[in-house]
Amino acid sequence: MENFISIQNLSKIYSNKFTALDKIDLNIKKGEIFALLGPNGAGKTTLINIICGIVTPTSGNVLVNEFNIIDDYRKTRSLIGIVPQELTLEAFETVFNNVNYSRGLYGKKPNNKYIESLLKELSLWDKKNNKLRELSGGMKRRVLIAKALSHEPQILFLDEPTASVDVELRIDMWKIIKKLKSNGVTIILTTHYIEEAEEIADRVGIINNGKIILIDQKDKLIKKLGKKKLIIHLESKINKIPNSLMKYKIEIDDSKNKLTFFYDKINNNTSITTLLQKIREENIVIKDINTEESSLEEIFVNIVKGSNDEYSRY
Amino acid sequence: MNIQGIKAIYFHEMDRMRRTIFQSILSPLISTSLYFVVFGAAIGSRISEVSGVNYGSFIVPGMIMLTLLTQSISNSSFGIYFPKFTGTIYEILAAPLSSFEIILGFVGAAATKSLIIGLIIIGTAGFFVDLYIMHPFIMLFLLVLTSITFSLFGFIIGYWADNFEKLQLIPILIISPLVFLGGSFYSIDMLPEFWQKVSLLNPVLYLVSGFRWSFYEISDVSIYVSLITIFSILIICIAIIIFSFSKGYKIKN
Repeated sequence: MENFISIQNLSKIYSNKFTALDKIDLNIKKGEIFALLGPNGAGKTTLINIICGIVTPTSGNVLVNEFNIIDDYRKTRSLIGIVPQELTLEAFETVFNNVNYSRGLYGKKPNNKYIESLLKELSLWDKKNNKLRELSGGMKRRVLIAKALSHEPQILFLDEPTASVDVELRIDMWKIIKKLKSNGVTIILTTHYIEEAEEIADRVGIINNGKIILIDQKDKLIKKLGKKKLIIHLESKINKIPNSLMKYKIEIDDSKNKLTFFYDKINNNTSITTLLQKIREENIVIKDINTEESSLEEIFVNIVKGSNDEYSRY
Repeated sequence: MNIQGIKAIYFHEMDRMRRTIFQSILSPLISTSLYFVVFGAAIGSRISEVSGVNYGSFIVPGMIMLTLLTQSISNSSFGIYFPKFTGTIYEILAAPLSSFEIILGFVGAAATKSLIIGLIIIGTAGFFVDLYIMHPFIMLFLLVLTSITFSLFGFIIGYWADNFEKLQLIPILIISPLVFLGGSFYSIDMLPEFWQKVSLLNPVLYLVSGFRWSFYEISDVSIYVSLITIFSILIICIAIIIFSFSKGYKIKN
């Protein structure tokens, strides 16, 4: 896949001297869903805002479809739609007029048929004449997506699209995003919710302190850094781990009746069978067994923690 | 050029006028009518003529200018400040629009609103006093030029302001006193010599004087000086805006 967005050596230092982005390099491929994860203040929104033209970069270069975002801003911005984090809408306008207004800003002539199909797709058609202040938070979020798609962009930036929305709406949003992808739209989303990235992203980037600290395919990332746990619930308590089990990466919890064995899932020889055999030989009765996989969230926390430790050394 | 984008901003702003018709049209109309009652009928009955013109008719250009200035500044400053306040400015900044196109949309709408109000006031004035316009095209030209100039000025205020207090600061502390002391309701000939000289430092005097000349061919200063003054203010406003936008001041940093 070709690079649709190419970011080279991008930095942003705000007027209050805060470095929001520090020499970022990032490539986004056409048609993918890229999730940018990072804690608050990591630089996610600044990065999006620079690509969209809302914030001026201090240095570096951003190309969208091989056009420079500064010199060829008309070409690049025409390709991009943005859904902001905040529910920023004018209170007294109607849904239809407001979405049409956004289309006009991007230089497109009114197209009531397209806006109608868009609003129908986002379940907003029956609200088309409602004033924006009359809508619920979830509906407002949908209006923001409709506005971002009103000019038929090829790239969609979603800045925390499911922040403060209920589970049902979040799942709805994921469906919308997946559908957009199937229509060929390249999607870049920032999120706090790891399960969101886990559910819909093709690739994941982790940003912290204005630096991209990791980029990889979501599945590879989980495989590469993910660990599995085998949790063995015991029938009765044991005081300590028997010597014969000491060579395994095994822990006993405070209740003394649960053993946790960590293993690498990409390793074919996990030693689970021999471990269970040894437990049996020690006359320890197993009550139940279950496995747990590292979530992207755990991976994210570990990476960010590592990055912070490294950062604090400077 | 993004014509559709300019139209979108323009009609979006004009739509706000339609939604707030009472505030936008009726409010200045009622204020102007009150001025006619107080200054024209009550006080005007004690002043026979100024420079050969009936006092009621004399104050019409000044009153139009007063409303035009305050409305241009208020419409335009609010027009750009409101999206900043609500956060909807993001879509204007993210759209493929140049600074010039953004300004054209906002200032064009603000100037149009002021023009509409100005023309309504002229129509209303006809009910209260005998009105005649000796140079209607120059009057119209000055009306348009002043609306654009002060809409640009208002745009700068709205662009610079980061709270509602700052939005009101310059109009209340600077513009209102200048307008009231700019010969809207009197000729500077009526002032002592010292205050006549002080009045010449007030740029609004030149606007009112030029505008009054287009009605009755009477003025405190030459029409050419008035035109130079308006154009100078216009150029200063454009220069400030170009500088501010090129730096992305206050919004993009």
